[in-house]
Amino acid sequence: MAERQPSGKLKIYLGYAAGVGKTYQMLEEAQEMKRQGRDIVIGYFEPHGRKDTIARTDGLENIPRRRIDYRGTVFEEMDTNAILARHPEVCVVDEFPHTNVPGSTRVKRWQDVQALLEAGIDVLTTMNIQHLESLNDQVWQITGIRVRETIPDWVMQQADQVVMVDLTPRALLNRLARGVVYSPEKAQKAIENFFQESTLVALRELALRQTAHEVEIRQVDYESPGFLAAPINGDEADPSATPRTSDRILIHVTGDPSTVMLIRRGKRVADYLHADCFAVAISAGSESRDAAEREALERHLNFARNLHIEARMLQGSDVAKTLVEFARLNGVTHLFLARPRQSQWPSAFRKTIVQQVVRLASDMQVIIAADRGRSHPSDRPPAPQ
Amino acid sequence: MPATVPRKRTPEELLQQAQAEEIYERRGKLKVFLGYASGVGKSFRMLDEGRRRYERGQDVVVGAIQPKTSPETDALLSNLKVIPLKNIDGVPVMDLEAILARHPAVCLVDGMAYDNPPGSKNPSRWQDVEELLEAGISVISSVNIQYIDELRVRVEKITHKSVKQTVPLSFLHSADEVVIVDAPPEMCMTRTGDPQNGDEGSSEAQKLSELREIALLLAADVVDRQLEAYLQRNGITQTFGAQERILVCVTPRANAAAMIESGRRNAERFHGDLTVAYVSQPEISADDQAALDRNLAIARDAQAHVELLDGEDPIDTILDFARERGITQIFVGHSAREKWWERLTGTPLDRLIRGANDIDVRVFPH
Repeated sequence: MAERQPSGKLKIYLGYAAGVGKTYQMLEEAQEMKRQGRDIVIGYFEPHGRKDTIARTDGLENIPRRRIDYRGTVFEEMDTNAILARHPEVCVVDEFPHTNVPGSTRVKRWQDVQALLEAGIDVLTTMNIQHLESLNDQVWQITGIRVRETIPDWVMQQADQVVMVDLTPRALLNRLARGVVYSPEKAQKAIENFFQESTLVALRELALRQTAHEVEIRQVDYESPGFLAAPINGDEADPSATPRTSDRILIHVTGDPSTVMLIRRGKRVADYLHADCFAVAISAGSESRDAAEREALERHLNFARNLHIEARMLQGSDVAKTLVEFARLNGVTHLFLARPRQSQWPSAFRKTIVQQVVRLASDMQVIIAADRGRSHPSDRPPAPQ
Repeated sequence: MPATVPRKRTPEELLQQAQAEEIYERRGKLKVFLGYASGVGKSFRMLDEGRRRYERGQDVVVGAIQPKTSPETDALLSNLKVIPLKNIDGVPVMDLEAILARHPAVCLVDGMAYDNPPGSKNPSRWQDVEELLEAGISVISSVNIQYIDELRVRVEKITHKSVKQTVPLSFLHSADEVVIVDAPPEMCMTRTGDPQNGDEGSSEAQKLSELREIALLLAADVVDRQLEAYLQRNGITQTFGAQERILVCVTPRANAAAMIESGRRNAERFHGDLTVAYVSQPEISADDQAALDRNLAIARDAQAHVELLDGEDPIDTILDFARERGITQIFVGHSAREKWWERLTGTPLDRLIRGANDIDVRVFPH
């Protein structure tokens, strides 16, 4: 899938928790850019009452926020149109994964940022690792929190630079205790929930590894087996595209909620292996499915498309056979399936899809993805955007 | 609800823990700012931390600072107390005795890899730091990855510059806190006042980018060890991983070469860990034993950890081992040949998939 390359440059300050100093570092750099004579404005800044950080905005032009009335409450959002009209060289946008209040032009702040980039404006922004879509299940495992505001991985891949803003968990907990990050009562709540040392250490490790990955995929003469392999599907060879191997990953989409986790996992493996990634759902025909099941399938296929996975519906009465035949025809090397629920494990006479596929797929790897979300059946993908 | 399970500890473990804690309490704390090149701002971060601690009322002194400083670091230095370096035969040396006598709460030490001149108490500055820590003085320091002994060969291949004076990786692992000082390569290139353009500039950027990746992964490994140590200290069995850990299960007849190669490639791509395991089976034929030995040799060549497991039931043995090691992906082979009774009771593979819950299972045909 060809990405439209926005002309502005995006720089992401990546952290692993509130209070590590992302915004502070971003503003320091904004000040430095201003000293160098660049035309820079603040498009959105979240002060959180942090004095040191607020002091870093001194002397920087601020574009007033837009006020939006939603159900009797007034919300403030970034005024993207005002920034576009002002058209600075560089714009500072805090809290990249933010979801705009209903009634805004765009659903997500990252989409506002896309608009700025397309207009040729460079953007500096901040985010925490737990908001990266493909890590959603791992983050849930580590923190017990299902993060709803996510950034698709392809959006981060589009950034020109990803910089890790590091602070040790101990230093962060000290800051929290000194009241630098939150007010005392909010800090206490934070320590009891999210800000436990083991949680912070694990998130920090995720952020370090992700930054290393982002650095690696941006290396010019990045060595990869198959870097020179012919493009698949007759696509125009694009020298700026991510190097591809001949690996091709196919994800089996069902109406089951665990599919969301399967899609994330398959896409993440595809990104790390530089493999192509497809997703298919198999329908036995419109009559045999109830409306809710069909709706779930469509929702999951759209979820995959939002992550830039080519997704489609296939017709077939024998699911395993249709899936494996499609995979074989398309040169798939890795087939991703969800784990069957315990209640679906068969008697002697009925086999699960997994069992049938493993027996049929004599020429590809079959990956049965771990179920990290079983006890949370309410996991639904975000509404289509 | 984090996926952690508390574990009961034996009296011996509790005693060991108490003793370890006592030593830990008396020792100074070591904090290291880790960077991938000069110019990323390590020294600045070190001095800035010293300044902030000084402003919070801690007794902070500067024990050693790099001779080449910037206006920003000079500004920070002017507010801190400095114990001057000694000059021995023209070589600047940290004045260990003076610092020990002054006994501050916190000492800032740059250039940890420097060798001391012959006749000094310790051969290297990092050993001086060790002595400060033992004396109960906390140390804040900074180091560039090219001075980590174990990384020297890899870094030299990239920079084509050889380094004589180094700090062992174990010293970095002994630090209480390691912070990565990250910045895009362009920043280092401009900050060191060495603006380059054209091909030379882009190859410089490429080198810096490779060094940056090494530094980030090194920091991730340090953090991973700290996480393990933390979980162990608190008696928590880890059931999640920030790092991918791949377990390849081999048998004499499995298509082991392909599985191990795939495991190696995946581990490399994810910068993860690779283990190859075999569950011993009774009455193995001479041919099978030879095939197994070949497979395990392939595993060792691939730099995998090789484990021979014992257990009554191979599937339970694999799953128990995988849980204990925090494995995230199990690779197994599958043969299309199926015994008649397995059609009724399910194959071992079915049982493995069924029992693996929170671990990916990857099935290889053969």
